[in-house]
Amino acid sequence: MNPSANSVVYNTPNYLDAEGGVRSWLFTRDHKRIGVMYLVLTTSAFALGGLFAMLIRIELLTPGPTIMSAMTYNRMFTLHGVVMIFLFMVPAIPGIFGNFFLPLMLGAQDVAFPRLNLLSVYLYLVGATIAVWGMIQGGADTGWTFYAPYSTTTTTKVVPILLGAFVIGFSSIVTGINFIVTTHTMRGPGLTWDRMPLFVWSIYATSIIQVLATPVLGMVLLLVAIEHSFGFGIFDPARGGDPILLQHLFWFYSHPAVYIMVLPAMAVISEVVCAFARKNMFGYKAVAYSSLGIAFVGFFTWGHHLFTSGQSAFDAGIFGVLSMFVGIFTAIKVFNWTATLYKGAIKFTAPFAYVCGFLFFLVFGGMTGVALATVSLDVHWQDTYFVVAHFHFIMVGGTIMAFLAGIHYWWPKMFGRMYSEGWALVAACTIIFGFNATFIPQFLLGNMGMPRRYYSYPAQFWPLNVASTAGASLLGFGFLLVLVYLLLSLKYGRVAGANPWGSRGFEWNTPSPPSALNFPVPPVFTHGPHDYQDRGPGEEPSPTPPPEAQHA
Amino acid sequence: MNELMRRMLFLPEQASQYARDVDHLHYFVITTTMIAAFGVAITALGFFVRYRRRSESQTTPVVNPKPIHEVLFIGVPLSFFLLWFAIGFPQFVRLQTPPKDSMDVYVQAKKWMWKFSYAGGPNGIDVLHVPAGRPVRLLMTSRDVIHSFFVPALRLKQDVLPGRYSQTWFNADKPGRYELFCAEYCGMGHSAMLGEIVVMPPAEFDAWLADARRSGSPAQDAAMTEEDRTDPRQSLPEQGRRLAAEYGCLKCHSVDGTRHIGPTWLDLYKKTERLEGGKEVVADEGYLTESMMDPRAKIVAGYQAVMPTYQGKIPAPEIAAIVEFIKSLRTDAVRVEPSKGPVYEPIRK
Amino acid sequence: MPEATTPAIEPPLAHHFVSMRQQTEAARLGMWLFLVSEVLLFTGLFTAYAVYRFLYPTVFEEASRKGVELWAGTTNTFVLITSSLTVALGYHFAKEGRGKLAAALLAVSLALGFVFLGIKAIEYTNHFHEGQLPGKFYHFAEVQGPGASMFFTLYFIMTGLHGAHVVVGMTVLAIMAVRAWREEFGPVHFAPIELAGLYWHLVDLIWIFLYPLLYLI
Repeated sequence: MNPSANSVVYNTPNYLDAEGGVRSWLFTRDHKRIGVMYLVLTTSAFALGGLFAMLIRIELLTPGPTIMSAMTYNRMFTLHGVVMIFLFMVPAIPGIFGNFFLPLMLGAQDVAFPRLNLLSVYLYLVGATIAVWGMIQGGADTGWTFYAPYSTTTTTKVVPILLGAFVIGFSSIVTGINFIVTTHTMRGPGLTWDRMPLFVWSIYATSIIQVLATPVLGMVLLLVAIEHSFGFGIFDPARGGDPILLQHLFWFYSHPAVYIMVLPAMAVISEVVCAFARKNMFGYKAVAYSSLGIAFVGFFTWGHHLFTSGQSAFDAGIFGVLSMFVGIFTAIKVFNWTATLYKGAIKFTAPFAYVCGFLFFLVFGGMTGVALATVSLDVHWQDTYFVVAHFHFIMVGGTIMAFLAGIHYWWPKMFGRMYSEGWALVAACTIIFGFNATFIPQFLLGNMGMPRRYYSYPAQFWPLNVASTAGASLLGFGFLLVLVYLLLSLKYGRVAGANPWGSRGFEWNTPSPPSALNFPVPPVFTHGPHDYQDRGPGEEPSPTPPPEAQHA
Repeated sequence: MNELMRRMLFLPEQASQYARDVDHLHYFVITTTMIAAFGVAITALGFFVRYRRRSESQTTPVVNPKPIHEVLFIGVPLSFFLLWFAIGFPQFVRLQTPPKDSMDVYVQAKKWMWKFSYAGGPNGIDVLHVPAGRPVRLLMTSRDVIHSFFVPALRLKQDVLPGRYSQTWFNADKPGRYELFCAEYCGMGHSAMLGEIVVMPPAEFDAWLADARRSGSPAQDAAMTEEDRTDPRQSLPEQGRRLAAEYGCLKCHSVDGTRHIGPTWLDLYKKTERLEGGKEVVADEGYLTESMMDPRAKIVAGYQAVMPTYQGKIPAPEIAAIVEFIKSLRTDAVRVEPSKGPVYEPIRK
Repeated sequence: MPEATTPAIEPPLAHHFVSMRQQTEAARLGMWLFLVSEVLLFTGLFTAYAVYRFLYPTVFEEASRKGVELWAGTTNTFVLITSSLTVALGYHFAKEGRGKLAAALLAVSLALGFVFLGIKAIEYTNHFHEGQLPGKFYHFAEVQGPGASMFFTLYFIMTGLHGAHVVVGMTVLAIMAVRAWREEFGPVHFAPIELAGLYWHLVDLIWIFLYPLLYLI
């Protein structure tokens, strides 16, 4: 894109400078500023969850007690789970990149309901505050799964944690509704469904799950809170209640929630792969529809968490087979991403390094997931470190790799500055290596039979736990490195042009940072995303502002 | 090959044929997974080397898949996944179906210990003795929260729930001592809720059992709370008879076949009862337990729904004792004294 | 700012929408999605009800026969259906620009909402006196056995959550009545009252499911 042309078209200030003062941020309805607010909030939550993780790993450095008591340890892993899942994984990518880029990619001026969008930030903040207050009061020791009757009889502060997660659930529903409506009604002229960027497709699928599954979780959290506070007996076997019902209702949300976490990651990867391979997506439709496929099938797989709970063999079989189809949809994506590299023009940068890590981790994590769905193997692996390693491969190896790929890829767009590429590659290597060192030993620990949530463990598990803790330190160091050079780049980074990567993604047709008003005139879309054929990058940007606009 | 793979994957010993079978699926699955993950990574790396960017203004051709590509992308993984499932699911069904000649052991889990009761006595805390090469069925219940019975060497795990019985079985064929873990998080002592399975050669086990019955159980029950009034020196059916009298069961249920307010207990076990409303039920452990907890759920035709619930009134081990007592009431062998040898009562269908 | 560039259409068009039609469509779709999430919120409870009804069929039947007053449930059903009718009429007249009439109809709905809550309050008082309470507070002598307290646990959670929705719905209706009285709605701008009506219908619909489950079967 020609920068001089930009200065002519965009004479409005960018969104960061448009208004000054704290109030302009607290009451903003600009989707870009809300994205930045989510960035600050969820990254803080990630730091908190990471701190808990490090404490857990240090405790597990020796077989016996190391630095804390059993009760403290139980709280630590509960809070690690709650913070990472409800405060980081679920809101992070949709909240940050979804908010920032969905309207830009659709050629819209904002999301459909800007006020609700701001409300979702505040709901998140309120929920997080209640949860953190609960943590200061002592925290819960139930595990993030809140299985009854333990969760309903424990004396720790479960209720604030439950209510916090409940409120954050509403934040998530509001965001989901907003994105679905935006995608349906706010697409610019010419932007048909088969021209939508794959990022939008995937975020759209995520939003469907958020709207449909989160209310059920909200209800179950509320029921556990009621039961814990008043003893209504709804999950209490002594009063005719059924603790397994809680597990069914819980996983009805929480399994789709895994896809709430990983679909946005897939959204980011689709964009980054195309941008750095400078290539159209191989199998655009397959990738787009497989997102919807995952969203759909994800609702019918929850029973695979209950293979050892006394579920009938028939049910186990049905849920086992259905779970495999999620693996199929994921496989479609992985193969198409890899095939996209074919005949591309690949530039190896930090975001691309994360994509490579992502591909490996997703295949390995995903296939161990399918292995878990083979029922008989799950009996051995259920509730062991194998499961822990499996879902960390998907969530850290998948979601966080994609988060890092996205933050590097879009950093110049969001803040107008380039980060230091050299340091970024060093950090990427540290993180990918540290990740492997942390979680591969955990797969082996699971094979050996070490159950999860163990405060102390028999001596034969010791060496692998030491390896895992060493890896976790490296991983933590890598994250700190990223934080430092990204923050430094805000001040000292080279000023990025409108499109430093030469990307054809629609969002790059705005200046960096984008103007407060996204588009002075609504852009018209003449072809699909990721079109790198014929034209050199920079000539003739994808959605061209029409010469005579104002036909609306 | 088996031994090499087992060591490479850090798997524990294989104490049963089931464990060996599951491990073979494990090797297959993990090998495929490794090949796929490295395959994708190496392909990506190869593309990166071959198609690295040569100039900043480089353009690329549009490459779209042919239908055959997408068919392969779906078909190849799907056939592998379904093959895994086709191997794994029958194994799971096998694990869910105890053989009819298994020996029953009652398992009660509580924070944070395991208690094992043999039908003819004795009881054991945290240590389960079993004979090698004979199927053992575990009937498990919890007295507080959910626990999970996990023996890595048997590749066996089953959640233990409060208020209901779950079952699992195994046939350990390799004598030795194996670790037992609680795998479902159950509070502060979760990681200390450890136990041991001692697999003994059959003859040795028979001797041990006879000896334990003679001298009383070496395990002390003081640790299980005082509400547990089961006496380790009495066999379960004996205790059941005493408890049934104490709880007033025998006021309504006869043990000699005469019809009273409630159905007789004689020959009740495994009998097919016709219910109100025409359905039928087999009076197995599950039904007997349910009838004590929730008598109105399934009323036998011709009887009034007058029985009060004993939910929360009888501790789990005593329920086990009463069920065991009912099981012992049979016309072909009406005996309530402790059986002398190991109990291999066939579980009749 | 954008308001300067877009022509001033009455009623106000938010800056990020291209046309009034787009804005109304977005609002309507958003509301429907919200209603879907509300339905799913109750689905968790309906599932719990189905499971426990299956586990304790006779006790649930007995508790429903002896524990709740059929007349109260039936009256409340009529009250809510009538209120839905008046809301629908209110929407109709608001769209025609007859704001005062619409406001009056909404006020009737509001009054019916109060009647509903009043009857519910009488029922709750009775339950308290009879000891028909959830879980450990249960001491209703006529229906005993496991599952008896479960019926009332579910009864209170379901009707309580529904009651909360009624209160929210009434608040929304009150605001709409005031806005209609001020003649804010007309043939072009009617989305808020339409959405409020949709919400009230949902509240009504949920009751139509609760009524047979708790009172009839």
